[in-house]
Amino acid sequence: MIKIINIELYKIFKKWRTYIGFIAIAVLIPVIQIAMLVEGEKSINFMTRNLQQSFVFVGNLLNAYLVSYIILNALAVHIPFLVALVTGDLLAGEATAGTYRLLITRPVSRMKLVTSKFFAGIIYTTLLVLWLSILSLGLGTLIFGAGELIVVKPTTVIIFARNDVLWRFLLAYGFAVLSMSVVASLAFLFSSLVENAIGPIITTMAVIIVFLIVSAIEINIFQAIRPYLFTSYMLSWRLFFDDPVDVSEILKSVAVLFGHIVLFYGLAACIFKRKDILT
Amino acid sequence: MSDKIIEVNNLSKKFKDIKAVNDLNLNVFRGDVFGFLGPNGAGKSTTIRMLLSLISPTNGNIKIFGMPLKEKRNAILRKIGAIVEKPDFYGYLSAFKNLEILGRLSGTDTSKKRVMEILELVGLEKRYKSKVKTFSHGMKQRLGIAQTLLHDPDLIILDEPTTGLDPQGMKEIRELIINLSKEKNKTIFLSSHILYEVELVANRMIILNKGKTQVEGYVEDLLNANQLQVTFRVGDKEKVLNLINETGWSKKLETQIEDRFVFNISPEEVSVLNKYLVENDVAVNAVVPTRSLEEYFLKLTEKES
Repeated sequence: MIKIINIELYKIFKKWRTYIGFIAIAVLIPVIQIAMLVEGEKSINFMTRNLQQSFVFVGNLLNAYLVSYIILNALAVHIPFLVALVTGDLLAGEATAGTYRLLITRPVSRMKLVTSKFFAGIIYTTLLVLWLSILSLGLGTLIFGAGELIVVKPTTVIIFARNDVLWRFLLAYGFAVLSMSVVASLAFLFSSLVENAIGPIITTMAVIIVFLIVSAIEINIFQAIRPYLFTSYMLSWRLFFDDPVDVSEILKSVAVLFGHIVLFYGLAACIFKRKDILT
Repeated sequence: MSDKIIEVNNLSKKFKDIKAVNDLNLNVFRGDVFGFLGPNGAGKSTTIRMLLSLISPTNGNIKIFGMPLKEKRNAILRKIGAIVEKPDFYGYLSAFKNLEILGRLSGTDTSKKRVMEILELVGLEKRYKSKVKTFSHGMKQRLGIAQTLLHDPDLIILDEPTTGLDPQGMKEIRELIINLSKEKNKTIFLSSHILYEVELVANRMIILNKGKTQVEGYVEDLLNANQLQVTFRVGDKEKVLNLINETGWSKKLETQIEDRFVFNISPEEVSVLNKYLVENDVAVNAVVPTRSLEEYFLKLTEKES
């Protein structure tokens, strides 16, 4: 299995499209960081405008942690596209290229093939989030330095001490890997259904955008179905920036997201196992 | 010759309402070069895909190397090399890397020496670093042959292996097939539209039409069972008409157009008739046999249509 995963990873990283995600993040993060460097103080003043009447803020509030927090919030909707770009191509790309025939006539079970491809997709997703975290936190620390993290919630403002932040980010990025793995699994499922790589990418994005819109609009009927949409749990990484951290709510989100990954992968595996290869 | 390599019984495949393969039976024996013929849409590719477990049959059984394909898929595929329709590869990888990946998946030796040896066999050793997307169709076809041989399989399934090759390339592939069969004792299952090619290399064949077997047997037997159609081009047509009317050869005359006399005769009668005409001072300018596997094939498939 490891041998096949290695082969799949080799194929993924030999494709130009794989680097689009890494390049996009490598361009976007420094752009946001430079913008924050120029105009960040204004943003902080805006965020804390009501509190400044009662409190005096001292220290380095515009720091790597705040910028990383803002970036993580802003990119939560956009990273799925970069994930789907590669994972939607994993199976359908073989069909488009006609290489299914080469692959499936090897003495390797279809289950092993589909599972290896799935794990390779998850590894790519993990690396993408890792790249995001390195640039956000690493480059951010070089530019802004560390400091206290100020988090503005609808009803509260929480200020985390400098030594109380890093573990929250590490867990939040871990959670982001899980969230993006759901996206990867969904794109993988669509990829098993069709023979054109563009279809799964567009369909995955359409599903995520529709679900996010439904999750965001405050209408009773939408609120009723919200618990059944996996997108409602994708932003639960924010729970790590509560005080105290609601562990049970996080575990619930983890279980729901993990359940979706298993479901999407299981469906993709069943479809692929029974699929007639006609391309 | 009793060692069955492929045994197909009552094989059918239905796509919605279309029966692509209908109750097909065939046997391929060890050492056979088995010609698999049929017009477009006859069900050849569907059958090959079922033999390689790319698609699952609606009905019927497939045994390869005496093992049921459904239960022993991996053990069977380990001993098969195949080209299915057009040769598609990972275009963004080099020829060498494509073979290395496929070899690793087949669990075979993928050392540089072995891969280069195979590339040399198909004449691609100088392009081993080139990305496959820069290859011509003919070069991809050669690479297709290379990947079938990489893991030294016992059974080689070739679906239109010479498509896109120049005449020299076609000749080389034909020679390679004969060599693999004769020297290395490989069993070859050869599907081709170039019927002449099958006639040259195959010892047994099956003709398929509309998913059904039309005929199966030894190429020699099947061809000998039919008379040759031979065209004699002669100098003096009036004299020839008189001669054949006198001796009864006219009964075997199929048609006459100008100086062309087309006879339905056995292979032995060709030389007898030729000698007779020459001895009677008729200038025989050409003797052209037109009966071939192609005609036999066309007759069978037209009859069915």
